[in-house]
Amino acid sequence: MALAFPFSAIVGQDEMKMALLIAAVDQGVGGVMVFGDRGTGKSTAVRALAALLPPMSVVKGCRFNGNPASHQDYCATTCDVRAAIDAGTAMETEDAPVPVVDLPLGATEDRVVGALDLERALTQGEKAFEPGLLARAHRGFLYIDEVNLLEDHLVDLLLDVAASGENVVEREGLSVRHPAKFVLVGSGNPEEGELRPQLLDRFGLAVEVTTPKDLETRVEVVRRRDAFERDPHGFLATWAERESGEALRIRDARDRVQEVEVPAGVLNTTAKLCMTLGTDGLRGELTVIRAARALAALEGDVEVDEGHIRRVAAMALRHRLRRDPLDESGSTVRVQRAVEEVLGVEA
Amino acid sequence: MEILGTQAPDPAGLGPATAGPQAAPAPPAVDPWTDAALVAALIAVDPAGLGGVALKALPGPARDAWLAQVRALLPAAAPLRRVPLHVTDERLLGGLDLAATLHAGRPVAERGLLVEADGGVIVLAMAERVGTAAAAKLGMAIDHGAVRVERDGIASVTPTRFGVVALDESVGPDEGPPEALLDRLAFHMELEGLRQRDIGEALHDADEIVAARALLDRVTIEDQAMEALCGAAIAMGVPSLRAPLFALRVARAAAALDRRTAVEQDDLTLAARLVLAPRATRMPPPPPPPEQPPEDEEEEEPPPPDDGEDERDQQDDEDKPLEDRIVDAAQAAIPANLLARLMAAAERKRRQGILGRSGEQRKALTRGRPIGSRRGDPRAGARLALIETLRAAAPWQPLRRAEVQLWEDSGRAPPRVLVRKDDFRITRFKKRSQATIIFAVDASGSAAIARLGEAKGAVELLLADCYARRDQVALIAFRGKGAETLLPPTRSLARAKKRLAGFPGGGGTPLASGIEAAHLMAEVARTRGETPSIVILTDGRANVTLEGIGGRARAEEQAKAAAEGLRVIGVSTLLVDMSLRPAPKAEALAQAMGATYMPLPRADARALSTAARSAAQTAE
Repeated sequence: MALAFPFSAIVGQDEMKMALLIAAVDQGVGGVMVFGDRGTGKSTAVRALAALLPPMSVVKGCRFNGNPASHQDYCATTCDVRAAIDAGTAMETEDAPVPVVDLPLGATEDRVVGALDLERALTQGEKAFEPGLLARAHRGFLYIDEVNLLEDHLVDLLLDVAASGENVVEREGLSVRHPAKFVLVGSGNPEEGELRPQLLDRFGLAVEVTTPKDLETRVEVVRRRDAFERDPHGFLATWAERESGEALRIRDARDRVQEVEVPAGVLNTTAKLCMTLGTDGLRGELTVIRAARALAALEGDVEVDEGHIRRVAAMALRHRLRRDPLDESGSTVRVQRAVEEVLGVEA
Repeated sequence: MEILGTQAPDPAGLGPATAGPQAAPAPPAVDPWTDAALVAALIAVDPAGLGGVALKALPGPARDAWLAQVRALLPAAAPLRRVPLHVTDERLLGGLDLAATLHAGRPVAERGLLVEADGGVIVLAMAERVGTAAAAKLGMAIDHGAVRVERDGIASVTPTRFGVVALDESVGPDEGPPEALLDRLAFHMELEGLRQRDIGEALHDADEIVAARALLDRVTIEDQAMEALCGAAIAMGVPSLRAPLFALRVARAAAALDRRTAVEQDDLTLAARLVLAPRATRMPPPPPPPEQPPEDEEEEEPPPPDDGEDERDQQDDEDKPLEDRIVDAAQAAIPANLLARLMAAAERKRRQGILGRSGEQRKALTRGRPIGSRRGDPRAGARLALIETLRAAAPWQPLRRAEVQLWEDSGRAPPRVLVRKDDFRITRFKKRSQATIIFAVDASGSAAIARLGEAKGAVELLLADCYARRDQVALIAFRGKGAETLLPPTRSLARAKKRLAGFPGGGGTPLASGIEAAHLMAEVARTRGETPSIVILTDGRANVTLEGIGGRARAEEQAKAAAEGLRVIGVSTLLVDMSLRPAPKAEALAQAMGATYMPLPRADARALSTAARSAAQTAE
C-alpha cells in the first residue's frame, strides 16, 4: 500500500483536522462527517490520522480486537481464544495499532458483517465464521469515502451496528454476535448525492471543507503534494518530528481528557445555545460538551471555557438543525448567529 | 460570469447556439492535431501521474488514429484495457473467480480490469453515461494507487497505477462524463470536427518516450514556476487543486520529452494551454495585473506573516511576467464560446441526477436490498448467491461423486465439489421504486397569484418530507402561452429552493398545455422505472389553447381531451381546485382525468402537502 501523506503536513483545513483530532482523543464523541469540494484532502486527512493514534492493548490472537480490560468486550461467541481463556488458559495481551478500516464502495454485505468462511467450507467442509470489516474496526475507526454513494442496504446495516455497538450475524446457519464499537468517519461531496438525514444524525461532528482560494495556501498545497509524490520517504522524514509531536499531543490529551473540568456556567451556556437553535434532543448538547472537553485536553487546558464551546459549536450542531425550507441561509451561518447571540460577538 | 459577459472576445460565440464546434469560429492558435499528438505522447510518458484524457469525439477515424498513436507510444509491455459501460463490479474491481473456485475447491480471486491495467491505460467507453457510483470507484483506485476489494469472501488490496482515456461521445451540451472523473484527468480534449485530412503523424516515436520516461524523475521545476501555475489557475477561475498539480506534471513530462531536466517557460505555457485553459470558468482579468492575485471572492485567510509578505512582494515583481505569459498562452486556447459552455455545464449539473439514474437503472438486477435467492442463471447479469448455490449442491455430492467414478473410473481424483447447472442460485433484490411527485401549477392571472405562494410552500414542505423518503419532486407552471418546467425531478432541497425563488405568475390559462406537460413528465419518469404521481393545482378554467392562442371554448375542449389522455396512462392524480368557490368545471375535469378531486378554497401549504402525500401513497 502506498505511504500515507503526513497529517501535520496538510495545509489549512483546520476545522476538519480539529474534528478528527477530537474524535481521536474521545472516541465517544460519535463519528465525523466531512463534506466538501473535490480534491480538498478529505480522505488524505482521515488516512493520515491512523499514523498518529497511540497503539491499543488487545487480547493476543483475538480476531475481534478484544479488549483485555473488559471481559464482556474481549471476544465473540465463536472465538477460539475466548474459549481457551474461559477454560483456564492465561490471557496474553499485545499492543496493536488502532485500526482505521476502509469500507470501499462496492463492498458486499458478507464482507462487512462477516460470513461463512468460504475457504474452510470448501476445503474442509467446515462451518466457520470469517469476521468482516465491522469486527476489524472494533475499537478503532471505520472510514467510508463517498459515503453518500454507499448502497442503501449497507447504510441501514451500519446504522444498526453503530447504534447498538454490537454486530449480530444470523445467516447461513451461523449465529454470531461480537462487539463492534467504532468511530464512523464519512466523507463525501454533496453534489454527487445527498446523505440521508438518518445517517447524518449518527455523526457526532460534521465539518465542511472548501477549496482554499488564496494563492499562498494553494501554492503550498501543490508544493507539498508534489514534494511528497516525488520523494515520499524523504518527505515523511522531514515531517517525522512534527508527526511524533502531534501523536504525543493526542496521547497526552487522551490520558487527561476525563479530568478536564466543565464548569456549570459553560453547561448553562451550551444549553442556552442549543435551545436558541432548537436542536432536537440532548445529543447536540452532549456532543458540544464532549468535543469541547477533548479540545481543551488537546490544548493542555484543565477546564473547558467558552472559547472551546465557540470553536466546536458549528461542527457539533450544524447537522442537527431542523430543516427549515424557507430559511435560505446555510446551517453554518445559523449556528454562527446563535453563538453570537448567546456568547456575544467574538472580540 | 459578469466579467465573462463583457470581456469574452467573440460575442458570436456567446449566442444561444449549442457548444458544438461550429459555434467556435475563432481559429485555434495551434493546429488541433498537433496538440492531440502532444497529449498522446505526454500520456505515454506518465499515464498514471497525469490521470489521463477526457476525449470528446464521436467514433471515427480521428479518434481511432489518436488511440492508435497512444497504443504505439506506450511501451509494448504496458497494458491497454477497454472497459465497457456496463462492466460489473466483479470484473472492474475483481472478486471471486467462480469457475476457478469450483475447479480448485478453494476460493480463487479474480483480478479486475483496474488491476490488469497496472502500468498502462484503461479506455472507458461512453464515459458520458458512467454513473456517479462507478466514477467514485474509479476515482478511489486512482487516488490510492490501489484497488481495495471486499467482496464475496475476498478481501484484498492490490496496487495498480494506470491512466484513463475516457471516450466522451456526448452530442448535446448537457451531457458529459461525471465531474468526479473529469477532475482526475489532466487533459480535457476535443477531436470534434477533425476530418481525415487533419490527421497527422505522431510527433514522437516510442524510443523518445522511453528516453523521456527515464528522465522524468530528474526534471526539476523552480518554485516561481509552481507559483505562476497556481496563479494562472486562479486567474482563469479554476477552483480544483488537482488542476495546478496536473499542470505541474505536464510541464515536467513536456520537459522530459524535450530531453531537458529543467522545466522552461515553454513547458509551462504548454501545460497551461492543455490543462488549465479547458477548465477555465472565466477569462483572465485584463492587464495590468493586480498586485494581489486576482480573485473574485474575498480573502478568507488572514494575511500572511510579515516576513513572508516582503518575500512575496519581491517574488511578485520577478515572476509577474512569467505568470502573465502563461495566462496569455492559455487565454488563446480558452474556447471562445466559454459562456455557452458554462451554461451547458450548469445545465448538466442540474440534470446529472437524472442521467446518472437512467444509467443505473439497468443494474436493478444487482442492486437494492437482498431478499433471498432463487434458481437462475448468473450469466444474465444477476449476482450469484454462492453460498446458496453450494448449499444446493451439497446434498448431492456423494451421489454425484459415485457417478463420476463410474464414468471415469480412473485414478484422477474428482473435484471436491461437484456443481451442476441446476444448483445455481442468484440473489434477488428488492429495489423500492422511486416515487416522483409532479406538481402542475396554474400560474395564470391574478386569482392564481395569491395561491402561488401556497403552492410553493406545499412543494417545499413536501420536499423536506421527500428528502427523508428519497422521493423526488418536480414542478411545472403553466401560464401565458404554454407550460414551463420550473423544476425537473429532484431531491435536492437547496436546488429546489433556488428554482422556486424565481417562480413567475400572470397571463392566460393554457390548461391543456399544463396537463400535457405533466403527462409527458410522468411517462418519462415511468420509463426510468419510477412511480410518478401528479398533483394539478387549477381552477379548471382554461382560456389559452395548445397553440398558444386565446379562445375559451377551444381551450376547454383541449383541456378535457388532455385530461382524458392522462387517465389512460393510469397515473395516480390529485386535482386541487384553487378557485375561491368550488367550481363544477374543475370537478368535471378531475372526473375526466380520473383524479381525486379536492376543493381547497383556503388552501394552505400544509394541507396541500398532506393531500399530495396521500395521493403518492395510493400510487405505491
